[in-house]
Amino acid sequence: MSTPILEARNITKYFADPVRVQVLRDISFGLGRGEFASIVGKSGCGKSTLLYILSTMDTDYEGTLLLDGAVMGGKTEAELARVRNEQIGFVFQFHYLLNEFSVLRNVMLPGQKLGRLSPQELEHRAYEKLRLLGIADEARKMPYQLSGGQKQRVAIARALINDPLIIMGDEPTGNLDKKNSGVVFDIFQELAQAHQQALLIVTHDPAFAAKTHRIIEMEDGRIMREASRPNS
Amino acid sequence: MTMPLLIDVALSLLRARGRQTLVAATGVTFSVTMFIALLSFMSGLNQMLDGLVLYRTPHVRLYNELKPASRQPIDRYTRHRRQHNFIRSIKPRRELPRIRNSAAVMAAIRRDPRVRGVAPKVQTQVFYNVGTLTLNGTISGIEVEQEAALFAFADYVVAGHYQGLRTVPNSIVLGKGAADLMLVGVGDVVQLTTSRGEQVQLKVVGLFQSGLLDIDKVQSYTSLATAQKLLGESNTYVTDLQVKLHDLAQAPAVAREYRRLYEVQALDIQTANAEFETGTFIRTLISYAVGITLLTVAGFGIYNILNMMIYEKMDTIAILKAVGFSGRDVRRVFLLVAAAIGVFGGVVGLLCGLSLSAVIGQLPFEATSLPAVHTYPIDYNPAFYLIGGVFSLATSLLAGYFPARKASRIDPVIIIRGK
Repeated sequence: MSTPILEARNITKYFADPVRVQVLRDISFGLGRGEFASIVGKSGCGKSTLLYILSTMDTDYEGTLLLDGAVMGGKTEAELARVRNEQIGFVFQFHYLLNEFSVLRNVMLPGQKLGRLSPQELEHRAYEKLRLLGIADEARKMPYQLSGGQKQRVAIARALINDPLIIMGDEPTGNLDKKNSGVVFDIFQELAQAHQQALLIVTHDPAFAAKTHRIIEMEDGRIMREASRPNS
Repeated sequence: MTMPLLIDVALSLLRARGRQTLVAATGVTFSVTMFIALLSFMSGLNQMLDGLVLYRTPHVRLYNELKPASRQPIDRYTRHRRQHNFIRSIKPRRELPRIRNSAAVMAAIRRDPRVRGVAPKVQTQVFYNVGTLTLNGTISGIEVEQEAALFAFADYVVAGHYQGLRTVPNSIVLGKGAADLMLVGVGDVVQLTTSRGEQVQLKVVGLFQSGLLDIDKVQSYTSLATAQKLLGESNTYVTDLQVKLHDLAQAPAVAREYRRLYEVQALDIQTANAEFETGTFIRTLISYAVGITLLTVAGFGIYNILNMMIYEKMDTIAILKAVGFSGRDVRRVFLLVAAAIGVFGGVVGLLCGLSLSAVIGQLPFEATSLPAVHTYPIDYNPAFYLIGGVFSLATSLLAGYFPARKASRIDPVIIIRGK
């Protein structure tokens, strides 16, 4: 494995409110290109907290976070926003689509923010992503006209629009039924294999986790166990 | 590059909360409308009231005051001796308060490029005789054409015609109040007693109404020649020179200069009407205070709607931040929302203000003291529109700033994890 896309070194975090509680203890791990990893653990073990630190949205931690070799600590809020925009795709348990924008505009939004492509190119690319996820026909619809599974796929397309180095998910299948959950897993699988993007998915679903390349099991703010499965 | 996108996002937020946004914008519209209408009306009224006095007042009045000579003959006689003279109870010589060499002074003033015109005047005390009764009065001998051109004399002659002073010998334009007291009208003859004790009969050719009752009771006008005749003086006798300037603001300086140059008393309009300026200033101040209060209230409306919008659109803000919008971008979005409300409400308000002042300007307004005014006076000053526009935008941005800053500080993690 060459330089990891994502590297965490001794990440420690406390919640100060209402009493000082340590939620993450000395977390260190790396994630390489094309790797599909899942984080599992009981509720409250700190897995989501870790994910938000790794996604640069939470900056209140101790330790070092490197994304593509660059240290994230000490960057300004605007610089971190830029990093999220360019290098990280995020999928949440809830889809968080903007109801005022069409599906296509929702997908295009992070690309427009990045401003690297012309509107025509961006639209073309958004269609490409939607086609990849099998929902190109819904592009002109508004989000509230879609089913839950479709919405989640739109959210994934949005996460992909800027070809991020890493895609993070906070229980992306948590609200989906088994069928849709399987669809989402297949999409992730393909992204890792065909597009060599790294994936880091927090999940409660043991079946989902079992199919990933690497399972990081957390308990009490620590990584308890790491199990890797050879790429198959 | 991101600006069009931010505008898009701002517009979508506005659409999502259309009705509340409209209410907030209506608040701005209302306040700008009232601001414009109030100031236009107040300013129009101010100009009218100023005109009431200022149009008829000379910018600089030259006259002579009777007082003892500052250098007495004995001083001249003993100039080179080492002695000092004490003289008590000096009295001025009995003479009339004339301006010496008035023709030459008038010609010189007329040549001054700052001067629009100059009108001579002879003022004297008279008594109006009504049967056995006598009333106090003042009569002014005027050069009719000049007086009409410089001081809108014609506007205040409410009956008869002022030209009669020129065409009819021994004629008088009587104050309306005095005429009412004496029960005379145009065409009647009145009898006056001059300050020298002579009785003179003059034919009434017009009635004069200034709007100030105290003046109308005593003041009358006659021609310059008639007034000189009443006093038994030659045709060079003039008590006042009334100077009208091109620029009112120069009056004090001109007055100072003439005082020195022609050795007369010179009173400028600012000194003579100091309290008038104060009144105007206070009225303007009150209008601005009310207008700005209205705009501030509208600002609270904008503040409210933005705060609500932020609470409702927490998810949107959080996701915008998660996909790479910085706090600054979010702040801009909400400032754009505020500015949109301000600009839209402001522009509509300016138009409504214009219409409202136009409507007020059509309302009939008849005042006996203001014969030339028939509708409420409106001042269509572009400055009010500029101030109203700028202030509505500034208030909106200020009202939007704090909610926008709050939105920019929203922590996406808390929102997203809350679900």
